[in-house]
Amino acid sequence: MSGRVILHSDINCCYAAIEHLHHPELNGKPLAVGGDPESRHGIVLTADYIAKKYGVKTGMALWQAKQLCPEINFVSPRMDLYLRFSRMAHEIYAEYTDLQEAYGIDESWLDVTDSATIKGDGYTIAKEISNRMKSELGITVSIGVSFNKIFAKLGSDYKKPDAITTMYTDEFQTKAWNLPVGDLLYVGRSTNHKLAKIGIRTIGDLARTDEAILVSQLGKMGSVLWAFANGYDDSPVRKENTHAPIRSVGNSTTTHRDLLNDEDVKIIIYVLAESVAARLRENGFRCRVVEISIRDKDLFSFSRQRKISNATNITEEIAVEAYKLFKESYDWRKPIRSVGVRGADLVNDNYWEQIDLFCDFQMREKHMKMDAAVDDIRRRFGFYSIQRGLMFQDKVLSAVNAKEDHTVHPHGYFNQ
Amino acid sequence: MESNKVYVDVTAEFSKEGVLTPKSFRWTDGSVYEIQKIKDIRRAASLKAGGVGMRYTCVVNGRDSYLYYEDNNMWFMERAGA
Repeated sequence: MSGRVILHSDINCCYAAIEHLHHPELNGKPLAVGGDPESRHGIVLTADYIAKKYGVKTGMALWQAKQLCPEINFVSPRMDLYLRFSRMAHEIYAEYTDLQEAYGIDESWLDVTDSATIKGDGYTIAKEISNRMKSELGITVSIGVSFNKIFAKLGSDYKKPDAITTMYTDEFQTKAWNLPVGDLLYVGRSTNHKLAKIGIRTIGDLARTDEAILVSQLGKMGSVLWAFANGYDDSPVRKENTHAPIRSVGNSTTTHRDLLNDEDVKIIIYVLAESVAARLRENGFRCRVVEISIRDKDLFSFSRQRKISNATNITEEIAVEAYKLFKESYDWRKPIRSVGVRGADLVNDNYWEQIDLFCDFQMREKHMKMDAAVDDIRRRFGFYSIQRGLMFQDKVLSAVNAKEDHTVHPHGYFNQ
Repeated sequence: MESNKVYVDVTAEFSKEGVLTPKSFRWTDGSVYEIQKIKDIRRAASLKAGGVGMRYTCVVNGRDSYLYYEDNNMWFMERAGA
């Protein structure tokens, strides 16, 4: 597999960069995307480079960020906008190769081996992509150019923002091997700790260590990491097909009063399922797993999930499944404070599957048409122009803002 | 602060080939400007106004100005001097 040209392109501070573009008045000021600034809770999803200089990090509570960087501006996340940008970025990539593999919303591997004769070498292509991202989307990328995916990713992390780093066969020993071993994909905190114990600090140390020793310390993963460090990774860039760029779409809400009975929960589950399903449809995704999370008034929380027989973005199917999960798992010992519904294991519109002989296909078709009609009415006349009858059981309760909590999880490297 | 992103009403033409061509737009003060010629169409980001769209480089009264078509089906322009 030698002689491949692999790029890894990473949008710098993706959410923050997109928000900066849409808020020219915040130009030059620190910005972080996260939570709901009004309600004081929530965490930082992405901080821009100015805020990062003050020590603001992803995952930090908003109040902590404010302490470190008093001038910071918080903006609420607009996931749908970021997905639109992600799609536009993929359109640009697609002009250079049909072999692209998304890694989360803001990163992509591209195999441009076959484009080299027309478009020039890897560096030239990377330069062109970088310029186009700047002029067409107004955001910057860091791109790594290498002969495999692992080193391409290291390259894109090597220098940020707005940079191109090559990691060619004759370069990786000088560039990659000096990096701390923790920079390598799949060396997390625990692995890092184990490696440090046997004196391995850099990627070079790892590469020069006997494979058998690593296997004895880390098991099968030792062998994998050793191969990564030596540049033996030959995993192909997967042609983009059925995997959605994100892992799940979920909504949760803390209601203004505690929920006391099944009917209350049913209302909330339908509100959330409507929002989750609508967002899946908007982005052309379907989910294969439905998950609920429940928190009672003493803040004890749990979640349950189940695989469903057919991938779906039908509101009714998600809501029914979520409610079933709830009925099976809750005994009403205490009133409930917050409920969440999530669609996970997402696939996109290209996904095909065997239709179950016993599933009522006509009924599903009807539901899809109904959902599409409701989406259309809401788009034209506003969200509250059409409601389920159930919502009128308790108009105050059903008026919660279901788009409150967005969480997006990128994929792992192996389980795609 | 006044936003530099100015949404405008646009009169446009669809050709039977499916090409969309803006013909004139109405500025915030109500006056209508004819677009004499379109020199370039490409996707571009506007750092001044803050947004992304198909950018039409229009000749208006002999001068070039940018008109952006966002993917929410709205047209915007950059405020002069921004």
